[in-house]
Amino acid sequence: MSVAENLKPETAETILSVNNIEVIYNHVILVLKGVSLTVPKGGIVALLGANGAGKTTTLRAVSNLLRGERGEVTKGNIIFNGDEIQDLTPNELVQRGCIQVMEGRHCFGHLSIEENLMTGAYTRKDGAAAVKDHLDLVYQYFPRLKERRKSQAGYTSGGEQQMCAIGRALMSKPSMILLDEPSMGLAPQLVEEIFEIVRDLNQKENVSFLLAEQNTNIALKYATYGYILESGRVVMDGDAKELRENEDVKEFYLGTGGEGRKSFKDVKHYRRRKRWLA
Amino acid sequence: MELLKQIFVEPFEVMYALPDLLLQTLWEGFVSGTLYSLIALGFVLIFKASGVFNFAQGIMVVFAALTLVGIHAFGVPAFLAVILTLGVMALLAFTVVRVVMKPLVNQPDIILFMSTIGITFILIAGGQLIFGGEPKAMITEELGLPTGASDWEVGGGIVIFQHIDIAAAVIAALLIAGLALFFNKTKTGRALRAVADDHQAALSVGISLEYIWVVVWFAAGVVALTAGILWAAKSDVSFALQVVALKALPVLVLGGFTSIPGAIVGGLIIGFGEKLFDLYWGVPILGGGTESWFAFIIALLFLLYRPEGLFGEKLIERI
Repeated sequence: MSVAENLKPETAETILSVNNIEVIYNHVILVLKGVSLTVPKGGIVALLGANGAGKTTTLRAVSNLLRGERGEVTKGNIIFNGDEIQDLTPNELVQRGCIQVMEGRHCFGHLSIEENLMTGAYTRKDGAAAVKDHLDLVYQYFPRLKERRKSQAGYTSGGEQQMCAIGRALMSKPSMILLDEPSMGLAPQLVEEIFEIVRDLNQKENVSFLLAEQNTNIALKYATYGYILESGRVVMDGDAKELRENEDVKEFYLGTGGEGRKSFKDVKHYRRRKRWLA
Repeated sequence: MELLKQIFVEPFEVMYALPDLLLQTLWEGFVSGTLYSLIALGFVLIFKASGVFNFAQGIMVVFAALTLVGIHAFGVPAFLAVILTLGVMALLAFTVVRVVMKPLVNQPDIILFMSTIGITFILIAGGQLIFGGEPKAMITEELGLPTGASDWEVGGGIVIFQHIDIAAAVIAALLIAGLALFFNKTKTGRALRAVADDHQAALSVGISLEYIWVVVWFAAGVVALTAGILWAAKSDVSFALQVVALKALPVLVLGGFTSIPGAIVGGLIIGFGEKLFDLYWGVPILGGGTESWFAFIIALLFLLYRPEGLFGEKLIERI
């Protein structure tokens, strides 16, 4: 952490900063043990790590969906656009422009694609015409959704559902989207397509992203900055480019460390230790 | 052989010989069917939006009717009394969500179910405390509901249509149409269906579950009040009415717990079925009294062979 401290992006204004939060589920299970991170305005920040590292929990802590899972933030604070947000309801948070796209897409299966998108505008108060315009904009980014607008979301493909989930979040006119595992269960080509759209949205609509991904390779390709979580702690962070070239990251997350193939038992002892103790 | 004849031949001979009796029975079945539908609708609304099986729906019917009559007894005009009763139902919805639903959210279903049994007893006790336990007459005329009956001659006999029954069917149909419009055409209705589908996702797009719950509990309260008025107009306002509400259970099994059309069709099937069965099969073969259990046998058969009901939403699953 201390080494990483001076690598943090200081160039841009921050939109989100998470300061040393601890999250406990069910009053006993300590899942996050002091996680800190910042997202600059207009940035794409990747949150990387293996299963159970705490990526989803971090996102849920920010979007305040933890309570539904019987979790709570017990230490630290979360600041979005200059205000502490950890006591706000998801409803208030969405109104302020921070929305989560949940892991596994979670479209409303029995609603049509268009109805799904419209639920995203639930918190908006700027009138039906503005919402309609925005719907057209979302269809511009996701032309496939327009084709399938009348279909029940439950019967659309995984990629379409992921687009639907992102489009639905967009309908709330967010300044920040917390994107949880967008690549889950999708073909590599589709993953690429979705990340392209994310980058587009980031550049043209000026939406900041905090994205949790297991697919380290693609996440670091599109993100500007990355944090690596291991069992509830940030073990490393840095510019996406630096991370991509870091030997440890290559070794453990990209699977390209060293020369050629090798088995786990050849991995240097200290590295294994490093991993388990991190 | 005799039994087979009693089952498969004689009932139809009687139907053919006395068409007026058949029509009368069908009409009565239709009317009680619409009322079952209304009560079942209340269950479905709450079950869809919050996954809670609201055991208190039956007592809400009684409580609503009792409140209406009670308020009217203080000398409040009938029309105003209806509005005040709606206010009471709204307050009830708000209180239930605040005191029961919100603290118990994410607890296992059975705990929420138990809590609705608790609500049942509170409503029974509260109703008796405030309005007294003795049966009261519904203020049918004051509400402008028609009384009296029309006769219709069919095949040498007469079929009697109680005007209140006709009104009941029309009002139930209007209410159901209104609810359908509300669900499909309004923003809140859409949010409600979203919550029914996936409440985590609904939360994530900023839909306030608490607000949606209040809306559905209130909608269930309105349905309960309507059912209470219409049912009590035919008998009395008394706590015995909640037994009728239990008939909503087989209706739900038949129609599916999450389907509004299912609640309507299921109610009608049970309504028609139990009247016809009792008259043509129950009385001659079993000596009558089948109306009280017929619906439950049907429900049992459905549970065995089609547990999702006629219209229940099957899980949409892509493979």
